[in-house]
Amino acid sequence: MAYRHIIGARTWAFADLRDLMAKATPIRSGDMLAGIAAGSAEENVAARMCLAEVPLRAFLTEALIPYERDEVTRLIIDTHDEAVFRPVAHMTVGDFRDFLLSEAATSEALAALAPGITPEMAAAVSKIMRNQDLIAVAKKCRVVTRFRDTIGLAGTMAVRLQPNHPTDDAAGITASILDGLLYGCGDAVIGINPASDSIPVLADLLKLIDDVIQRFAIPTQGCVLTHVTTSVEVINRGVPVDLVFQSVAGSEGANASFGISLATLKEGHEAALSLGRGTLGDNVMYFETGQGSALSANAHHGVDQQTLEARAYAVCRPFRPLLVNTVVGFIGPEYLYDGKQIIRAGLEDHFCGKLMGVPLGCDVCYTNHAEADQDDMDTLMTLLGAAGVTYIMGIPGSDDVMLNYQSTSFHDQLYLREVLGLKRAPEFAAWLMEMGITGPDGRLKPQGASHPLLAAARGLGAGLAA
Amino acid sequence: MSAAGVGDERPINEPQAAPSEGQSEGRAEGYVHLDSWRRLAAMTPARIALGRAGAGLPTREVLRFSLAHAQARDAVHTPFDAEAVAEGIAGLGLATLQVSSAAPARDAYLRRPDLGRRLADESRALLRETGRGPVDLAIVVADGLSSTAVHVQAVPFLAALKPRIAQAGWSVAPVVIAREARVALGDEVGEVLKAKAVALLVGERPGLSSPDSLGLYLTFDPKVGRTDAERNCISNVRGEGLSHDLAAFKLAWLIGEAFRRQLTGVNLKDESDLLLEAGRPPAIGSA
Repeated sequence: MAYRHIIGARTWAFADLRDLMAKATPIRSGDMLAGIAAGSAEENVAARMCLAEVPLRAFLTEALIPYERDEVTRLIIDTHDEAVFRPVAHMTVGDFRDFLLSEAATSEALAALAPGITPEMAAAVSKIMRNQDLIAVAKKCRVVTRFRDTIGLAGTMAVRLQPNHPTDDAAGITASILDGLLYGCGDAVIGINPASDSIPVLADLLKLIDDVIQRFAIPTQGCVLTHVTTSVEVINRGVPVDLVFQSVAGSEGANASFGISLATLKEGHEAALSLGRGTLGDNVMYFETGQGSALSANAHHGVDQQTLEARAYAVCRPFRPLLVNTVVGFIGPEYLYDGKQIIRAGLEDHFCGKLMGVPLGCDVCYTNHAEADQDDMDTLMTLLGAAGVTYIMGIPGSDDVMLNYQSTSFHDQLYLREVLGLKRAPEFAAWLMEMGITGPDGRLKPQGASHPLLAAARGLGAGLAA
Repeated sequence: MSAAGVGDERPINEPQAAPSEGQSEGRAEGYVHLDSWRRLAAMTPARIALGRAGAGLPTREVLRFSLAHAQARDAVHTPFDAEAVAEGIAGLGLATLQVSSAAPARDAYLRRPDLGRRLADESRALLRETGRGPVDLAIVVADGLSSTAVHVQAVPFLAALKPRIAQAGWSVAPVVIAREARVALGDEVGEVLKAKAVALLVGERPGLSSPDSLGLYLTFDPKVGRTDAERNCISNVRGEGLSHDLAAFKLAWLIGEAFRRQLTGVNLKDESDLLLEAGRPPAIGSA
């Protein structure tokens, strides 16, 4: 169906809903690269005006990627909860924005509504929202998950401790884990991106994390971020796996380029559940996403990258993940050109994920060929902190020496806690106090070399502190 | 400027000096909390035990980071000095040609990776005119995302590669120096020059701690449309990473295997390590 919008003497025409969505998206380099972005600033706003008048129900009848050709579309349509959708079923996209901002949209109402919101609806409304709208509404959305601690409670923000090392060296990784714990990080997960994909190496890393967690009874979980099929293989070999990881995208073809399908994810989910390693809950999946991945895989179907990103959260949703994060600035300037585009994308992704009931965190990051720097990251992380982001990354000094990009640091989360009053997951916060790492106010206490974590370092990792 | 100031020539990732005995307790220096586990920093290039000023980084660390980022940014944006690289390569006794991709400038290069993968029309014409029929190997030196890496590494690497090519007896086209170029540009260069394989040297995306790292890509039977799964890659060629000599040995090994098996890519595993003697490549003439 074609869409039209008249401004003065000019009629703007859009071929279909997919075209309208792409033209309405705030301008970014990835949509320009795909050749689907608005051609002028006025066309961009005309598309938003037109989109604001589209009924939410249109997204249930006019699929952006055909139902017959894409299993992600089938998942979205087949699992849509018509009953909970009913209270907003009569609204246009523009009405929906007003409702979300209103006092009527309480945290409880939004949580109840989530299964009725498709990714296309979330993406559509985000396109007519300003940054402050994205923050204000996301802040009201609560998504709480549990494995060995409780993530996502109001007023909290968790941190993934990311102790990567260019050669997966056990001592080097252990040194970064200890540094992170002593800076009060790790309540979301202790998660390593391995340099190797060799199963014995991955098994050793999983045992290393498990050893640290068990020895100090840390209320957190571990993860080695490798392909889901590799995790299943490792589980079959009896290696301790807490969370199963996978990168996912918003179209069947893009997922195929990652070597996965919904069936593969189900297999990984079942394998992780079979171990029953969570003590407080059974949210066992960890997913990563990021705008641009479908275009990069040449599987975007002419759909804009932000809508495809929201569709990736629909892929995550049935697996009740503990953690999902958008790796917002990692992909490079051909998709998100500069700090402004990265900031906008981070806020959109977080909003869409939360509205859909997914526990969204953000890897607030950039590469050295993007027009961005630490000041842009400070801005985005502060805005996400205000928006109630589930978790951020904690990387020593912001410098990931394995993946060669810059993300948020152990120090950055301290800053956010100071300026925004954000607490850690309660079980982890209690552990930090018991260990004397923080005081009752959550602030770090000075540590001597005799701290139990440091004293025990000798036995962790090969030859550490010898 | 103090000895510990920004101009400090300490390498980016060298850990802070290990505290002497008696300094091992956490303590403050001015308003900075020093971490008592600084000796762990020797275990990893990661930036651990940085200390803190309140919740923030100490001044020294925030500036050290800024310097590393500035160097990485400069590596991306420093104009590619193709003339100097050409002179250096000519000094090795190799002929050169200079070409450009279809990306007119750096900004377009960054936004439009597709343009960086195709030759500019006049460059294609130049290669067509100059090409002298089938050769075993085409070599492309591409600026990629770090002109700094190419300025620093390309000539010494080719100096190490040249005798290995001579030993194998492969015929080589003039070395093509390519501006605003991505890896896949080598496919078109190799196709136009009628090369059996193309070896492309490219400035890698600079990391904060590695602004000058060179990558090597080998593609058998190059032609437009080859995918990355059809190439072999040797990465991290730089002083602190893979040495020029070892990288040249590995590339020559891969070229030989590619010609023998008539392929490159995921089905060609780099097993050159099996031939190393105490971690070093065998001397030329011994293999």
